[in-house]
This record gives sequence, structure tokens and C-alpha cells, in this order.
Amino acid sequence: MTPVLAVEGLRTHFFTRQGVVKAVDDVSFTVARGEVLGLVGESGSGKSMTGYSIMGLIDPPGRIVDGAIRLNGANLRTLPAEGLRRIRGNRVAMIFQDPMMTLNPVLRIDVQMIEAIAAHEKTTPAAARARARDALARVGIPSPDERLAAYPHQFSGGMRQRVAIAIALLNRPDLVIADEPTTALDVTIQGQILYEMQKLTRETGTALIWITHDLSVIAGLADRVCVMYAGRIVEQGSATAVLGAPSHPYTRGLLDSVPSNHPRGGRLAQIPGMTPSLLDLPPGCPFRERCPRAQPDCVVTPLETTRDDGRTIRCHHPLGTAVASMASVR
Amino acid sequence: MSAQGDPMSTLVEAPIVAPAMRDGASPFKRIASDFLANPIAVAGLALLGLVVAAAIFAPLISPQNPYDLGQIDILDSKLPPGSPSSTGGTFWLGTDDQGRDMLSAIFYGLRISLAVGVISTVLALVIGLAAGLTAAYVGGRIEQVIMRIVDIQLSFPSILIALILIAVLGQGTGKVITALVTVQWAYYARTVRSAALVEKRKEYIEAAHCLALSPSRIVFRHLLPNCLPPMIVVATVQVAAAIALEATLSFLGLGLPITEPSLGLLIANGYQYLLSGKYWISFFPGLALLLTIVSINLVADQLRDVLNPRLQR
Amino acid sequence: MLVFVIRRSLQSVVVLLVMSLLVFVGVYAVGNPIDILINPQADQQDRERAIAALGLDKSLPEQYLTFLSGAFHGDLGRSFVHATSALGLILERMPATLELAAAAMLIAIVLGIPLGLWAGLRPTSVAGRTIMAGSILGFSLPTFWVGLMLIMVFSVILGWLPSNGRGPTVDLLGVPVSFLSVDGWRHLVLPATNLALFNVALLIRLTRSGAHEALLQDYVKFARAKGLTNLRVIGVHVLRNILIPIVTVIGLQFGALIAFAIVTESVFAWPGMGKLLIDSINLLDRPVIVAYLLVIVTFFIAINLLVDILYSILDPRVRLTETGTGT
Repeated sequence: MTPVLAVEGLRTHFFTRQGVVKAVDDVSFTVARGEVLGLVGESGSGKSMTGYSIMGLIDPPGRIVDGAIRLNGANLRTLPAEGLRRIRGNRVAMIFQDPMMTLNPVLRIDVQMIEAIAAHEKTTPAAARARARDALARVGIPSPDERLAAYPHQFSGGMRQRVAIAIALLNRPDLVIADEPTTALDVTIQGQILYEMQKLTRETGTALIWITHDLSVIAGLADRVCVMYAGRIVEQGSATAVLGAPSHPYTRGLLDSVPSNHPRGGRLAQIPGMTPSLLDLPPGCPFRERCPRAQPDCVVTPLETTRDDGRTIRCHHPLGTAVASMASVR
Repeated sequence: MSAQGDPMSTLVEAPIVAPAMRDGASPFKRIASDFLANPIAVAGLALLGLVVAAAIFAPLISPQNPYDLGQIDILDSKLPPGSPSSTGGTFWLGTDDQGRDMLSAIFYGLRISLAVGVISTVLALVIGLAAGLTAAYVGGRIEQVIMRIVDIQLSFPSILIALILIAVLGQGTGKVITALVTVQWAYYARTVRSAALVEKRKEYIEAAHCLALSPSRIVFRHLLPNCLPPMIVVATVQVAAAIALEATLSFLGLGLPITEPSLGLLIANGYQYLLSGKYWISFFPGLALLLTIVSINLVADQLRDVLNPRLQR
Repeated sequence: MLVFVIRRSLQSVVVLLVMSLLVFVGVYAVGNPIDILINPQADQQDRERAIAALGLDKSLPEQYLTFLSGAFHGDLGRSFVHATSALGLILERMPATLELAAAAMLIAIVLGIPLGLWAGLRPTSVAGRTIMAGSILGFSLPTFWVGLMLIMVFSVILGWLPSNGRGPTVDLLGVPVSFLSVDGWRHLVLPATNLALFNVALLIRLTRSGAHEALLQDYVKFARAKGLTNLRVIGVHVLRNILIPIVTVIGLQFGALIAFAIVTESVFAWPGMGKLLIDSINLLDRPVIVAYLLVIVTFFIAINLLVDILYSILDPRVRLTETGTGT
């Protein structure tokens, strides 16, 4: 079966006055119908940029320089601007991090919902309104008729994000990209939103890419996981496999950093050093300078290799293989 | 209640923090080198230099002293540009209705326009600085009263205030300068007060307090120098605005007296001849006015970018 | 909402009273009211009669009350020159000035906002940069000079448009207006364009910075992510956000336009309040000056009030939180 989304060798570079920032550097993954893919990484890892690239929302000085983005087999990169516009909000939808800023503060909710419908199909205002109302009801917003006439600032943070989700699902897209949708919300609301999203995507068979830095979210939600670092995918595979038995030292480091993974009273682990500036990447593996398993041959950039169980890894010395010596933790 | 109705207020988005020192180089040198790196700034500065030089050296470079009655001949009046003069020279820019050489009249006029503009700006600057610094430093009721007055004044267009003052005080050079000063001081007061409020919170002021320095010393030696950068930009723009306002007043017949003919008065003089095709009597003084104002604004614009610490790399 | 309107209206009335007090003090206490209000050519008997009629022999507070009641009844003295009610003179000339100001504002909006949008959407293009450079000129050039240049080019050299006066007027609801006739328009175009220049520059800059800022906001990204056309994103999402502060500026600027019309009316001999003021200053017709002052102060205060109310209507965040609606 053709995957809903197949990204092949995507490269998105930003051409700034200080140099070229390779925000997305040779990223490849697929998302199957109805599947939830987690895209995990720290800030600056390129995960959001990957999402924007798929949506075609990269603005100058950024540009997709290479690769293919196949939605249901068709390469989005070959589409003209109008063709891309027809796909956005229609076959692929996106949810952003801060709902207060993503909803226009001076327009009513119904206006913002109806225009999302009207941009892609001809309906009567009444029919569009009915659809909007149903969408609000489906995401669990009480009294949807009254809420339609309200403005964004009259909603709480969690409600606003539900509205954003409702808008994303209005045109029954094949794929929804959610860029850290729960980061700006408190923990209890987070749980509710996660549950809603899971339920909705299972009901509608929509594929979901969930971008986050929070591993615990991924653990409960995703079918498959891609771990990103410095613009590249360093490890990919099923969620249980990657989180249960990570192969890449970075993934291991991320898992170890989660406080709940440690016994009380013990020292918290951390990955030494900082994410490198994307303007100034050291040659070879970008994780080299922070990796406890780094070896002299890591100055050669590792290629992505696929293992027999379908997992991919970008590392010369993945966990589970022997290394000559362990670098001391700096 | 603030109507941004004037050239006086809209070009001023003054930064409110002083520029930091870098590499130990004197701030003046750094500012100068940043400024000169921009070709537009250099062009503006060059043009301004020409204008100022023409004004200062007017008696030396004018072919004729247009206000010496012995030198002008009514028979030479209203001659077009390039006409030969009876004394053997050429009236490069033509003559006005009294037979005065336009070029000379413009040079002398530049002097007066620039002098009035600069004098009123300096006076307004001093008064505005005093008011704004006092408001910021003393605070409390005094600050409220001063700023209320400033707000109310700034909500009325400058031309209205100037006209009413002239109507009440009468005409004459001193009264025009008074009107110009009254119109301007409020901008300085407001700008320096915001700058001073920011500076007041900084640690070097606290340190000065701890050293038990007298308030006047703190204000003059510590607070004031650091509030100056935004003031320089405002003052530069204001000189242009003051010149424009004085020209407008003179054009309306309510400005400087005939004994001190500024560019505005020259333009007013030529206004009546515009329709009969003798454009040069108004046009050339107008051009001189334009060049003066534009060059000052160019320099001020570039100064603002250079002095703005937020744009420093 | 109603509470807000009432509160602001009361504030405005207070400011108006304060300003009237200032004008009163300026005329009656600082200046010599006898010279200001009584025709200098009146003989001794007439002067004494006028002094008694104007109550100038009474105490200052009493005089203020007389002044106020006179103001309420529309009596602000009689013009020395025209021997009619000063206020009446001003009101007679008001439609001309208002029409000029309205036409100028219209030109400024029609030119300034689209040009500013263009410059904001394509800031690095040649057009964008030219527009911004042009806007600097719009601020710095003195209005009267531009007026003269307009006359020179369009009246003298090209001969297309008349250089002064108002031309024939048509009566609309009893008020003489120029815009209902072609000849009226021909007379209106140059002075209105002249007056508009400053505001065109102002609106260009405001719209540009507003658009520039708006484009960086997340709601624009979200709107594009919904697959909306560029036209809708800019025309609805961006515009609705930047229009709110721009509308307030336009409102406040209307007051400034009425004031700056003084210069334009003088250059183009347009028979409005401004020209009347200049003539009165030159002729020392002080009652007219006082009347003009009061009228224009009232205008300013009224405009400020209206703009405040308008702003609270336009911005749903202000409107709805004022009345306490919402969760």
C-alpha cells in the first residue's frame, strides 16, 4: 500500500548573511495510512522545519534544495504554487504550538473555520457553518453554536487548541502535522488533547505526524518514531523498539535525561555539551563531540543504514556493538 | 491624546538606551565610521555642508549684497535667469521685483533661515532638557504636571500653536523665535524624560547616589550625557522642522519681518508672480529650502540608525 | 460599552471647559480685553457702551460666566472687519474647510494604504524602496512649497487646473459643496492633494510597518497552512489587524488636517476657516481669532472622543473585555 507520505532525502537550507544553515539535512521517512509518527528532537534539531517543508511554508531566505515529498505518491515539490495551496488545509493540515497566536485575534471563530472550508470547496454558508459546528462538537467543545460567534481571546488555552484541531480536521485531510501542540498547555490539558487526537485519528484513519521534544508524549501516542539531531534523522523505528532498546547514543541520552527514569535520590543524567550551531557544524557526525562512544572514525559522516528489522540508524557505533574505548564524559 | 500631525513628531522614533562602548574605541569615532560607511549618509552630509557653507560665507560669495539699496537697480527687476546685469555680471538665477539678484538673496536668506532654525532649536533643546530631566529625576506631582502639559501641547498641531502665539504676541524676529521654541520644547521634554527614566534605573546612577553626589551633579554629569544620543537625532530633525515652520509662517506673512528676509519671505514675495510665468522668484528660493530640509533629514535618518543600539551588530 | 462612552464624554466636557477657561484667561486677563474685543475705531461713547454690554466692568469670575453663556448661545463677539457675529463668520466658512479636509483624507487613504501595503509586502523590491524614500520626502517638504510647485506645474505650465478659489458650488442640504460638480472637482483637486501629502507619507509608513509586523505573526502562517489564497490572507487577516491602529491615526489626523488647511487655503485662496484666520490675524480682527480658537479646540476634543469610542468598537479584545463578556 502506498504510504500517505513518503519523504525522500529532504534538504531545506536557509541562506543567511552569516552562512548557510542546513536546517533539514537529508531526511527520509514514510507515514502509512492511519499511522502516528513521532518526530522527536531538541529545539534546533530541524523537526519543525521538516513539518513546514512538507506544508510548503518555507519562506526566504529558506528553500527546499533537494529531495522529494510524495503525498499519496504525487511529489509535492513539482506542484505550482496554486496546486500546493489546494493541498494545504485540505489533504495535509497543520497544528501549531501556540493557539493564541495561530488564531487571528480580530476575527470570529466561525469566520476562521468557514474560510478553511470555502477555500477548498464550494458550499453554501449554512452548510459550511453546520460542518464547523459539528467539528467543534467532535473535539469536545460545549455549546458549539454560541462558541462559533466568539473570538479567540474568549477561550482558554486548551479550548483554543481544540479549535485549531477542529479546523485542521475540517476537510478530512489524509495527514495532520502537529507541531508541539501541547507544549504551551498545562499538563492536565495536555493529557486531554492527546486523548482527543488519538481518538480522532483512529476514528477517521488520518495519519498523524507529532512533532515534540517530550519523549513521554511519544511513548504513549506514537506507532513509529524518528529521532532528529542537527537536521538529520539519527534513528528511526517502531516506538516500542526505539524507546525500549535504543540504538543511537543520542536516543539513549534523551531517555536517560527523563527524570522519572531514575531512582529517587540518584544523580540525574545529562548529555554533556550543547547542540551545535547549525551554522558551524563540525565535520563528520554532528553528535561526535557529545557522544561517550565517539571513536576516531566518527569524523566521517555516517550514512543512514537500514537494518533487517526495518529500523534505520545513522551511527558508526550504535549501542549494542562493541567499541574500542569510551570517551570520558566531558 | 496625541495627534502626530507634524513633521516634528513623526520622523522621531528615538531609541531610548545609550549605545554601549565597544573595543575601547571612543564612541564618537565608532559613530563617525558607521555613519560614513553609508553612501546616502555621506551624500546628505555633503549637501548639508554645502548649504551651511553657502550660508556662512554668504557675504563673500554673493555677487551682490541684495539689501544694500545702493547696489540694486529697479530697472533690473524681474529679469529671467541668465540675464546680464547692468554692472557686467550675470544674474544667474534672475532678479526679483526690486531688482535684487536671486542668487545673492538666496545666500542671505539661507543665513537667516538656518540661524533662526538653529537658535530656536538650541533654546527649545535647553528648555526641553531641563523640563524632561526634572520630570524624570524628581518624579511625583511635578513630573505629572510637566508631562500633562507636554501631552496637551503635543496633541495640537504645531502650526496652530505658532499662529496663535504670533496672533497674541505680535510680529517680529524675537516673537517668531519664541513661537518656534514654544512649539518644539515639548518634543525634547518627552524624549529626554523617557530616556532618563530608563537610565535612572541603571546601576551607575545607583552608585552615584551611594557616593552621595549632589543631585545636580548626578543629573548633569551622569544622567544627561547618557540621554544625549536620542536627543541628537530629535534635535537634527527639529532643525529642519523649525526651518520649515518658519518658512511657512513667513510665507503667510506672519513670520520674520522684511528686514530679515528668510527663504520663506522670498518665496512669498515671488508667489504673486508665479501665475505670470516669472517662476524664478519663488522657485529658486524654494529649491534652496528643499535642499536644506532634505539634507538635514537625510543626515538625521542615518544618525538615528547609527545611534540606535538595537541595530548594533 | 455605554458606561465607557458616558465616562469618556464627561471627560471631554471637562477638558472643553478647561480649554475655554484657558482661552478666557488668555483674552480677558493676559491681553487687554478692551483692545481685543472692542473695535479700536469706536469712539469714546461707543466704547463705554460696549464695555458695559460686554460686562468688562464686572469682576473676572462674573465675566467668565458671561463669556460661557455667550459661548453657549453662539455669541463670541462681533468681527471688527465684517461687523457680523464672529462665530457666524466661522460657521459660514466651515463647510469649505471640512470639504477640503475630507477630500484630502480620502486621497491620503486611497494612495497611502495600498502603497504602504505594497512596501510592507515587498520591502526589498525597487518599488518598495522607492515608496519608502518617497515617503520621507512627503514629511520633509513644507506644504506651502509643494502647493506652489503644484500650481506651477498644473496651472501655469500645463494649464490643466485652476490655481485658486473654489469655483461654483452646489447646495447639498443647504450646505454649499464643491464635489458635486466637475468644475468644483477641478478646483478641489490641487489643494486637496497638497493637503493630503503629509498624510500619504504617514499612512505609507504606518501601513508598511504594520504589514511588515503582521506578516511575521503566527496567524498568517496558520492562515496559509489552511490553504487560503494570498489575497484572502492579506486582504482579510493582515488588513483587519493593521487597520485598527491605522483607523485611530486617521481619525486623529483629521483634526490636524483642519489645522494644516490654514496653509493650503492661503496658497490656493480657498475660502475656508483657515484663510479667514490668517486674514484676521493680519487685520487684527481679534474676535474672529477667539472664535476660531474655540471652534477648533471643540473639534479636537470631539475628534479625540470619537476616535476613542471607535477604537473600542473595532478591537474585539477591548470591546468584549470592557463589558466583561467571555470566559
